Parts: sequence; C-alpha cells; structure tokens
Amino acid sequence: MISGGLNLHHVYFLLIGAGWTICLSLIAFVGGGIGGGIVALCRISPLRAVRWLAIGYIQLIQGTPLLVVLFLCYFGLSIMGLSLPGLVAAGLAMVVYVSAYLGEIWRGCIESVARTQWEAAECLALSRTQRMRLVILPQAVRIATPPTVGFMVQIVKNTSLASIVGFVELVRAGQLINNSIFQPFLVYVLIAVIYFAMCYPLSVWSRKLEARMQFGARPVIEV
Amino acid sequence: MTYTFDFASVLSSWPQFVEGAWLTIQLAFPATVIGFVIGTLLAVGRRSSVRWLVRACGIYVEVIRNTPLLVQVFLVFFGLSSLGWKVPAFTAALLSLVINVAAYSCEIMRAGMDSIHKGQLEAAECLGLSRRQVYWHVILRPAMEKVYPALTSQFVLLMLASSITSQISVEELTAAAARVQSETFRPFEAYIVVAVAYLMLSLLMRLGLWGFGQLIFTRRRRLGAQEAGR
Repeated sequence: MISGGLNLHHVYFLLIGAGWTICLSLIAFVGGGIGGGIVALCRISPLRAVRWLAIGYIQLIQGTPLLVVLFLCYFGLSIMGLSLPGLVAAGLAMVVYVSAYLGEIWRGCIESVARTQWEAAECLALSRTQRMRLVILPQAVRIATPPTVGFMVQIVKNTSLASIVGFVELVRAGQLINNSIFQPFLVYVLIAVIYFAMCYPLSVWSRKLEARMQFGARPVIEV
Repeated sequence: MTYTFDFASVLSSWPQFVEGAWLTIQLAFPATVIGFVIGTLLAVGRRSSVRWLVRACGIYVEVIRNTPLLVQVFLVFFGLSSLGWKVPAFTAALLSLVINVAAYSCEIMRAGMDSIHKGQLEAAECLGLSRRQVYWHVILRPAMEKVYPALTSQFVLLMLASSITSQISVEELTAAAARVQSETFRPFEAYIVVAVAYLMLSLLMRLGLWGFGQLIFTRRRRLGAQEAGR
C-alpha cells in the first residue's frame, strides 16, 4: 500500500512519540529541578559573587530563545567531538532552560516566606543550613507547588522543539507520518489533541492547588 | 578539545543577521499589539453574562495554552494550505503568533480585571458612569496597570518564541543563523552571535516597554511603582 489514510499503525507510532515526549519532559523536570534548586539557592546566597552569577545565568537563559539554546547544545556537543543522539542534546538544552526558569520561580517562593519566620529561626540559634532545611524550605515548597506544576505544562510543550534536532518525539513522529500520508491538517490536529491531553490535566491541577492556597497559607505570603 | 573559535567568518555576514533581527521585530511588534487587543477582548468576553461567549473564550484560551506553539505554527502553515487556503510563510507566522499571544494576554488581563475591587465598580456605578465608561476607566486601565509587568514578560517571551517560525522558512534571526552556518560551516559561532543578538533585543524590548509604561501610566509615576504594582 503506497498511500492511504491514517490508520491504527500511525496512531500507535504517534503514541510512542508521545511516550518519548513524556520521557524527555521527565528528564527536563528532574534535571532542571536539581539545577533550579541550585540556582535558587545561589540566587539568595549571602555571597555577592555567587548571587550575581546566578542572576547572570537566569538573565542569559531567559533572554535567549530555547531554540537557540538547543542549537548551541546540539552543535556545541558535536564540536567537542561527541556524536550523541538527539535526546542528549535536547535533554541538556531542556535542563539548562528549565533550571533558569525554575530557579527564578523558586527564588520568589523562598523569599515570599514571611520575614518573621527567618527571624524566629535565627532567634532559635539555628544555623543557616538548619534554618533553610527546617524552617524555610518546608514552607517554600508549599508555596512553590502550584507555579511549579504550571511550569510543567511549559516543559511538556517546549519538548516539541526537540523535533527540530531530529529527536523522534511527538511532533517529529507526526512529521514522519505526514511525509507518508500527506494530510498535514489531520496529523497536526491529532498531535495538538495529544499534547492537550497531556497538558490540560496539569493546568487544571495547578489551578486547583492555587485555589487551595487561597485559603490557609495565603495570608502569610501576602504580608 | 581542540576547537578554535572563528567568529570573523561568521561576523563578516552581519547584514544577514541585521536583516533577520529586523524581521524578528517585524513579527514580534504587530503580533504583540494585535494579540494584546484580541486578548483583552477575550478577557472581556470571559467576564460577560452571555454563557456561550464565556465558554467559547475559555475553550480558546485553554486549547492554545495547552498546545505547543510549534504545532500551532505547523497547523496554520501546512494545515491551512492543505485545506486549500494558501498562506505565505510570514502571514502564517504572524497569524499563529497572534493566536498564541492573545490567549496568554487574555489570562493575564483576566487576572488583572478580577483583582479590581468590587467597591470600585460600585463607586463607578454610583457616579453614574455608563457601562463602557466603567470598563474603560475603572476596569481595563487599572487592570492593565496592575498586570503590566506580567504582560511585559509575556511579550518578551513572545519575541523569543518567534524564533520557532524559522521552521516554516520565515527568514528571521534564527533562520539567519542557519543560513550563515551553512555558508561558513561555523554553526556554534553563528548561534552564539544570534544568542547575543536575542539577548540585546530582549533587553531593548524590556527597556522600551518599561519606558512605554512610564509614559502611559501617569498615576503609577505619581504614586510610585510600589503602590501601583500591588
């Protein structure tokens, strides 16, 4: 069969692509989460040099498109003599990107823990590490959950750029199918539907968490 | 690692980068303005009392916000042309950027409008302002003033995201890098140059939007940014 419409094999192929999208998103979230934590802590460090380094990093990444970061990782790795699969370049670019954005989000959350909590912890003679670990971070995590879940939507959507460096995730899988059946409208609508199915629950979850925050913890932040 | 950087060959094709940057601006500026206007209308629509309009605006915003821009761009460019409506690449790019930023502006403006205190509306009603006057003076302008920083970030993100349109052969900044690297075989340098160019563009844009904000929000200037930012 040379041509023909969309069949179940195509849908199956798309779903495998969607699996890789989820895989890349998880890499980006875990790697970017670790990086973002480090960036956030550096951003509020008592050492000015460290703080400025973190600010510089955040400004640099937030001022360049992810696509350019992706190309830099892709070609950067290859001129280092490494010929790695698209997943590595895409994963690296996503981690770099996510850690800058999550770092900035989490910095805001840590700083929005009420000043009095810091002071109280200091009065109890806790060391800086203890203060962070026992007093500030547990409260910051609560505040940070809704925006972090919201940002996961951005992560899932942005993994679509990995298709440009040839990594076969959802969009690339769709392009490959489209090359054989040539029904771009149908194929891209299907891709959009699958993305929506992955992102919408996250959006709803984020909103629910945020609504729950309105009661309870909110007055503390709003001081 | 024995790689020697060679920026000279890349930088010698600077006119291509300048042309690309100019096209990026030509994409981002109209997309921002039109998208913001449509987004504000959508936000007003979501607050209306007509139920189907509220639903329709809500669905639009959710669909756009939960699908990648890349797919939207492909859908507009390849999808529409396969349905028999041929659009040039630039138009398709502009259209998809407008569609995208409208949804985000809608959400931001809605948050701003929701934060207007009810007492303000009641006061406006007591003063006998018409519905349109209430919307313009009491809801829209103060709302925009409140969410202006968020709008600024969103518009800068849109400018950066316009790099995606290079994938449908729009010759903007990222595409310029692709072309230069195919001529010079220096991809890493070409993309570094483009990254710096984007960085400068986003700084300029932030500066411009900040200045614009100072210009139009006179109340903010008088009261100080802190008060209006609350």
